[in-house]
Amino acid sequence: MNKTLLKITGVSSAVFITLSAMFALTTVSAEEVKRKSQKPLSADNPLDEIISGYEFRSSRTQALQDDDFENPAFLWVDNGEELWNTVEGAAGKSCASCHSDAEKSMNGVSASYPKYSEQAGKVINTEQRINKCRTDNMKAKAYKWESPDMLAITAYVTTQSKGVPVNVKTDGKAKASFENGEKLFYQRRGQLDLACSNCHEDNYGSYIRADMLSQGHSNGFPTYRLKWQGLGSLHRRFRGCNKNVRATPYGFGSQEYVDLELYLAWRGNGLPVESPSVRN
Amino acid sequence: MAIIKPRVKSPKKAEKGEVIEIKALISHPMESGNRKDKKGQPIPKNMIKHFKCEYNGVVVFEIDFLSSTSANPFLTFKTVATESGELVFTWTEDSGNVYSKTSKITVE
Repeated sequence: MNKTLLKITGVSSAVFITLSAMFALTTVSAEEVKRKSQKPLSADNPLDEIISGYEFRSSRTQALQDDDFENPAFLWVDNGEELWNTVEGAAGKSCASCHSDAEKSMNGVSASYPKYSEQAGKVINTEQRINKCRTDNMKAKAYKWESPDMLAITAYVTTQSKGVPVNVKTDGKAKASFENGEKLFYQRRGQLDLACSNCHEDNYGSYIRADMLSQGHSNGFPTYRLKWQGLGSLHRRFRGCNKNVRATPYGFGSQEYVDLELYLAWRGNGLPVESPSVRN
Repeated sequence: MAIIKPRVKSPKKAEKGEVIEIKALISHPMESGNRKDKKGQPIPKNMIKHFKCEYNGVVVFEIDFLSSTSANPFLTFKTVATESGELVFTWTEDSGNVYSKTSKITVE
């Protein structure tokens, strides 16, 4: 019997200790990378080609996302599945009581959010839709934004749309929100006087210090960010970007961010949903 | 993340003598003890200090984690499929809490 005893001490650093990979370290030069792109659905889209954030990450980060086991975000998805079947609130219901099998009922749902809600009278995103269900239908307490439970259930619901092309509606009652989102995208802000577009439209594919700029699409959110060592929402990312340009961020779930989310989703209309993705 | 949960992926079937790949992941904050909370109070150290994998009672892989290992540590390692039986994975926390997971393997 082969008895291999490996005793390893003193492993410091290392974001992920992948022992097998330690022996096969390869470097990929940035020039060789070919990015998969597609034509945007709308002719009004300012981008000639749309590229998912996945294409801007290193092959090692991509490998983490490609395998549902290695992807640490699936720890949240597992918890989300439990929450889906947990009865909570005065109405004695769980998500599953009405929506039964999430794999069927939630397929493609997130790809159409943010969306105008007649009940709310405004455009709302996936997180807000879930909380609305909790307070209105389950008579349960709304989840706190960015709480582990909120992230878990959002990741679980969103991942059911994996591979479905993003397709948000921007006409009709959503039009005002969409236009406000566009305004926010091109509005310079903060001490650095930068708009979203300065990085994510004019300079994607270039390095900003050690990080490569993407086109800023929302199809991978909620995302497991290696820097965060955890899952995070798009609004957390917005706040981070705003702080980076020394601007005062809006609040989690603020209408400004929901509008911006709608505009961003429209820019990426046609890209497949990747959540939960892995980014650095 | 408040909930600590192990995940393991290992082949259910293998041929005798085959090299099998095992993956193990646990959700854990891995607090180093060097950080402070918003009020300036130190956050107590809370790490997984040791992981081991036993194959029918024989330790085939073990590791001591030190202070700068990231949250949600993920391991990949290989071993040789020798006989049918059980793989037992054990994570030990500083506090002495033990999290474990078992998977079965059939060797033909």
